Amino acid sequence: MRAMNIGKATALALTVVWAAGCSTTNTTDTDTMGSDTTAPATTTQAVSDSSMSGTTMADVKNLATVFYFDFDQTQVKPEAVAALRGHAKYLADNPSASVVLEGHADERGTREYNMALGERRAQAIARVLTVNGVSSSQIELVSFGEEKPVVMGHNESSWAQNRRVELKY
Amino acid sequence: MQRTLCFLFLFFFSVLARAELTVEITQGVDEPTPVAVVPFSWSGVQALPEDVAKVVGDDLYRSGMFKIMPRENMLSFPSDRSSLYFRDWRISGSDFIVIGRISEAEGQLTVAFELYDILKEERILGEEIKANRTNLRAVGHYISDKVFEALTGVRGAFSTRIVYVTAKQLAPSKHRYRLMLADSDGHNPRTILESKEPIMSPAWSRDGSKLAYVSFESGRPAVYIQYLATGKREKVQSFRGLNGAPSWSPDGRQLALVLSKDGNPEIYVLDLQQRRLTRITHHFGIDTEPSWSPDGQSLIFTSDRGGQPQIYSIYLPTRDVTRLTFEGQYNARGRLTQDGRFLAMVHQSNGSFHIAVQDLRTGRVDLLTETFMDESPTIAPNGSIILYATQEGVRGVLSAVSLDGRVKFRLPSSDGDVREPAWSPFQ
Repeated sequence: MRAMNIGKATALALTVVWAAGCSTTNTTDTDTMGSDTTAPATTTQAVSDSSMSGTTMADVKNLATVFYFDFDQTQVKPEAVAALRGHAKYLADNPSASVVLEGHADERGTREYNMALGERRAQAIARVLTVNGVSSSQIELVSFGEEKPVVMGHNESSWAQNRRVELKY
Repeated sequence: MQRTLCFLFLFFFSVLARAELTVEITQGVDEPTPVAVVPFSWSGVQALPEDVAKVVGDDLYRSGMFKIMPRENMLSFPSDRSSLYFRDWRISGSDFIVIGRISEAEGQLTVAFELYDILKEERILGEEIKANRTNLRAVGHYISDKVFEALTGVRGAFSTRIVYVTAKQLAPSKHRYRLMLADSDGHNPRTILESKEPIMSPAWSRDGSKLAYVSFESGRPAVYIQYLATGKREKVQSFRGLNGAPSWSPDGRQLALVLSKDGNPEIYVLDLQQRRLTRITHHFGIDTEPSWSPDGQSLIFTSDRGGQPQIYSIYLPTRDVTRLTFEGQYNARGRLTQDGRFLAMVHQSNGSFHIAVQDLRTGRVDLLTETFMDESPTIAPNGSIILYATQEGVRGVLSAVSLDGRVKFRLPSSDGDVREPAWSPFQ
């Protein structure tokens, strides 16, 4: 099982957009434990760049606000980047706006370790925002670890939905 | 950014008769010692609220090391030496017998008990205990402690308590979390704290008078200390980021915890009197789940500094770090026995999480559980039993296993998810 995942994990590692390149868990890229490919894709939408004037809340209200992760991983998936850029543009254009990034983990692993993992995921999303012009003072990170699952099941499809960062204005 | 303030209810020591944990032995030792616990005689008029002998028998049974003779098989109910005929009890197959009597004088109860060796026809111990109608269960646990120690050489832990967290989903986005305190047999559950937001990581002070825990009641995690006698509590740490995994030093003066205020989860030690914070770890990896060694000289903790979560020890005087676990790719949340010899932890194998124990002297690792998603091990203060959280269906329940893996029991509850047990020290 692990061998099969190495190819996928490596491909993911190569394609992932490395926002700030300082994640400390990247040593496990090719050694993911039961990492999956069934995580729900975030729905992303192209953001119109035509409006040269400031973006408003209306421009971000249809963007994805939940971003998913692989098991024990903290790398932002490539498909999340377009939506995050949209959020970043809004926040950069509106310096008084702020956002909370809530990091979550699935139930596997210990609770306090998962608190750290949830924070790492929120930090990874925050890096995508800050490299796209958002001030770090506009961002608050809160990890809930595995304490607030959206789905209660003990299977990969449930876990995949629970490994997430929720972006909340 | 707006957050609704969550409502918080403090039900300090309000005894709510609901959803007690019950105990079911799922595996005992191969040849448990047969013991008879005879109903105690009662010379008073008004019936007593507790059957003390039953408390004792249940305690001994729950240890998994004793087989308790059913009352219906008893030919007589002796309550003192003069009515105890050893030959009859020897024929019935019991090795030891506990007898007792309860009397009342001027509103005060006296519980007298005796333990006899049936084969040697010798009295092993006996004692008279002053009691009242409200503390008879505690008296029973006290007798169990004495009998257990006399028969096994190990101090009994029946008089201790446990705390645990329950979680219940009331509506799609409405949850209720409770921090519960109960006797070690699951009786007398009391709500210590109730919140709409998660409660995590309860930890006992070494004198058993206080708890530290993590509560999200303000919308983000913060570490609180609560005094059990008064219910008074205080928020001791709430930096930006993680505030978690509190662990009391053996002298009760310091609290180890995890903060990510510097951008990364690190272990800190908070001096509770001087409110001085000392950073202990300096590593870009995740450092979390600190727990003190019994001598207070070291902290064990979980770190992914080697690429995956493993348990390390840091010797505080020199800050030397030693890796303790090497078997498997995931070892976390270690807890040491009081003699410092054994490390109980969460160990991943084949995608499942189990409780394992490592002998730090020999390096030998034994998997103690084979259930699913086992976590949060907590060791009884006498080192005999590890209580932990596991899953049954989609519900969290508490289970327990002896350190040698021979005895297993579960504590099912009907009230939502039960998790994160923490066993009190000796009182």
